[in-house]
Amino acid sequence: MSEARAEILNRIALALDGVPSAVASMPGAERPQEVPRAYRADSEVATGSAQALEILVDRLVDYRAVVHRAASECDIAGVVAEVLSDAGSLVYPDGLDPAWLSKLPASVVTHEDSLTAPLGVMELDAIDAVLTACRVAVADTGTIILDGQPDQGRRAITLVPDTHVCVVYAQQVVHLLPQAITQLALHPTRPQTWIAGPSATSDIELNRVEGVHGPRNLHVIIVGG
Amino acid sequence: MRIALAATCIADAMFPSAPIATVKILERLGHTVVFPKEQTCCGQMHINTGFLDKAVPVIENHVNTFAPVLDNEWDAIVIPSGSCAGAIRHQQAMTCTRAGKLELAKTATAVAAKTYELSELLIDVLGVTDVGAYFPHRVTFHPTCHSMRLLRVGDRPYQLLKAVEGIDLVELPSADQCCGFGGTFAVKNADTSSAMLADKVSNIESTGARVVSAGDYSCLMHIGGGLNRKKSDVTTMHLAEILASTKEDPYQPSQPWDTSHVIEVATK
Amino acid sequence: MSTFLGIPGLRKTQPAHDPNILPGTAPIPDEPLRWGQDFPHAAREALKNEQMRRNLGHATATIRAKRAQVVGEAPDWEDLRDTGSQLKINTLAALPALLEQFETNFTARGGTVHWARDAQEANEIVTALIKATGETEVVKVKSMATQEIGLNEYLAEHDIAAYETDLAELIVQLGEDMPSHILVPAIHRNRAEIKDIFLRRMEHTPEGMTDAPRELAMAAREHLRKKFLAAKVAISGANFAAADTGTLTVVESEGNGRMCLTLPETLITVMGIEKIIPSFTDLEVFMQLLPRSSTGERMNPYTSLWTGVTPGDGPQNVHIVLVDAGRTKALADDVGRAALKCIRCSACLNVCPVYERVGGHAYGSVYPGPIGAILTPQLTGSTGHSDPNNSLPFASSLCGACFDACPVKIDIPSLLVHLRARVVDEDKAAHRPTGWGAAMSAASYVMADSKRFALAEKGTGALRALAGKKGYVAKLPFPANGWTQSRDLPAPPKETFRQWWDRTHPQDSDPATQNNGDNNE
Repeated sequence: MSEARAEILNRIALALDGVPSAVASMPGAERPQEVPRAYRADSEVATGSAQALEILVDRLVDYRAVVHRAASECDIAGVVAEVLSDAGSLVYPDGLDPAWLSKLPASVVTHEDSLTAPLGVMELDAIDAVLTACRVAVADTGTIILDGQPDQGRRAITLVPDTHVCVVYAQQVVHLLPQAITQLALHPTRPQTWIAGPSATSDIELNRVEGVHGPRNLHVIIVGG
Repeated sequence: MRIALAATCIADAMFPSAPIATVKILERLGHTVVFPKEQTCCGQMHINTGFLDKAVPVIENHVNTFAPVLDNEWDAIVIPSGSCAGAIRHQQAMTCTRAGKLELAKTATAVAAKTYELSELLIDVLGVTDVGAYFPHRVTFHPTCHSMRLLRVGDRPYQLLKAVEGIDLVELPSADQCCGFGGTFAVKNADTSSAMLADKVSNIESTGARVVSAGDYSCLMHIGGGLNRKKSDVTTMHLAEILASTKEDPYQPSQPWDTSHVIEVATK
Repeated sequence: MSTFLGIPGLRKTQPAHDPNILPGTAPIPDEPLRWGQDFPHAAREALKNEQMRRNLGHATATIRAKRAQVVGEAPDWEDLRDTGSQLKINTLAALPALLEQFETNFTARGGTVHWARDAQEANEIVTALIKATGETEVVKVKSMATQEIGLNEYLAEHDIAAYETDLAELIVQLGEDMPSHILVPAIHRNRAEIKDIFLRRMEHTPEGMTDAPRELAMAAREHLRKKFLAAKVAISGANFAAADTGTLTVVESEGNGRMCLTLPETLITVMGIEKIIPSFTDLEVFMQLLPRSSTGERMNPYTSLWTGVTPGDGPQNVHIVLVDAGRTKALADDVGRAALKCIRCSACLNVCPVYERVGGHAYGSVYPGPIGAILTPQLTGSTGHSDPNNSLPFASSLCGACFDACPVKIDIPSLLVHLRARVVDEDKAAHRPTGWGAAMSAASYVMADSKRFALAEKGTGALRALAGKKGYVAKLPFPANGWTQSRDLPAPPKETFRQWWDRTHPQDSDPATQNNGDNNE
């Protein structure tokens, strides 16, 4: 195995070491140089602004996510209760703000999941819905990003249940992807899941159809803004 | 202005109506046209077929023929073909460099910088969009791949056509799709090329146009071949031919390949 | 299973028509990068399949419109392309250091890195890793690298069942077919054909299933659900691997990727060495370029990122196999190396007029379309004049639509010309005379000199004779008969341009050639 490693690295070195041909030395030929970065890294659309939220909502709806609004922190529990009123069971990560569950009807059976006491896959499969927070959301691409912290939980809990309810604070909504990457790069090795709408496929005649293996329903509760 | 004409090998031998029309437009606008007699071909066919070494003497002849433009013998070079202009601008220097002819590559680049496709010359260099043409027929325009994507001529041909008096310019569906010519591709991959051509021809016919125009006689030879095979009523005409047509000296659309109108007009 | 590298092989010929096989099905070949006939012949066969042409025309038109819209929304699209292109150029130039950096970071987080020189070695490594778990079934995320090395077939020979979980891959696998598109492997199938494949090959399909895409997707969900929940080993590819953090990325839509990457205990990723990117933050460029270029979405539904092992979350036994398999050979060609910039978005396929008409199977490789026409022959190398892959660089009209669509600015038309020259030079070096070579030599001789050219123009009288009174030629002899199969050729004019010029501009004319105008007959 290390033999293969040495040989591949040697092959690459030889391939790169060749005397550049006349063509490669031509003006305009592709040579390593400083990377131009003229793309938008920052935006005039302020993080958490009404405009940022408007763009996010537009993109989420376009990709068939259902958007709900909570005027403030104290309204979250009410919206959660409303969204999940028909759910028989719910899983939540152990770091979730318990206040969010405070108004759930008694009919909803809740399960806590954690790294130390994880639910089994079959248990998750029997649960209707999952409620989590998120790390950051990107308005321009309609993307919500989870990075596995205690208020978001293990990756499996947002995957197996058929409905994912995700709480996004207005101040977590950036306009552009590079702005989100700046935040994510603080902890790049955390497991990340980027979500843009419910599970979908374009494999049949290149028409998008929502709902395959991941959660078929995505509800986003936007708080504030 | 003194403008040197590169007629292109295919138009010189097969479709003289395009360079003749180019001469007429420029002379009508008051410019002097010069035809450097040593010219033959830009080398595109050899390059695109992979015979890069064999292209070098052809390119050398082209570059030497037109090098006097660098000494201000002429103000510009015009070529009524998007693909030949593309080869001159994007392939000649590369081919020379590959063959180790670095000086030739340098001269080729300098000559290329003074070489313009017809619509570029008229709009960018001479600053005219209305060339005083009159052509009272329904026309659709095929933009040709190399004019669009190598030269980026954009809407220049349309600007010129829209200024033609009496013209009924209609949009060609899927205009940006290749007609399937691609030089020897049409022979080497004749089946695929024919399938592409069939779609282009039916799109042209769907417009109800009397004339399909383009800035390149190689594409028009291909499209015209398909139209002629289909016994279509649509005629192919180079952009230059439409722009050369005036009330006093009108061009009449005829059978696809009956270019007698051009010869007749020219002989008058 | 044969190793495809370095071993000259003829393409497998198509078996006799089997009524149980849908038209347009390509049998599973021995060599995933070299199968079927050469391009012109394979294309001729493919063009007879009108259903497939309609399917492709519809699908590619749909995706082109979607892509155009979301690209139009990004005002900095060209800036993103410039950055993506230069990042890839720099990556290839610094590959050894970046691979080692990736290895260090991935290993530090509990992952294991393996290196494979060729397809055979990659397959052996994966098989050994699976055998070590004691499992005989694996679930798979769509992966071009494993397609390319023929992993599924190799595993089957070693009594391991590999289940494709991407919907299109599932359609292809159930149909015992080959993929015909990089992103949408079953693009050659329409909904009715897919329903037919499901009814024939799935153990259970929902009662009264119609061909509505939604119902077909639901059938796939039911079919795969149990497999996902029970899977112990998963195999994936990777879209990007960030060297500075050791982070792997898989971009997908359906959630099958998340299922594979999250639920099993063991995860084995197979990745070509060129998929490295320098930095985690470079994802801000590529994750804008890729979804818009591939599915025409602002962002694909799901993207998973993982770095080695996360205790308590996801697979705890994590491997990556870094595969060469011809990539270093492509890298050594300092012009051709640009093909390795490819991020497998498949935008070039969707805009290609050749691909749209003949479909992917005609390219005889798991990499079809414009990128396939430059990547495949470079990965395999040429086995000589009769190598069908030598026909791939000629499978293009050089219209340039692919270059315009490429998110990392691979100048595919120029690379095609470069590879054409390589084929021509190879013939020349082998002192192998060809008809084209002779014709091009003759044309070069004539066109390098205006007097010879003017003389040759007079020779077109033969063509005029052929055209006769009708004014055009409807039948030419070989090899130009390809032209006249669907096109006429006009008769040359009575007067060439230079003759007209001499006649009308006598003051400008060289006295030596001035009288050419009236003796042309």
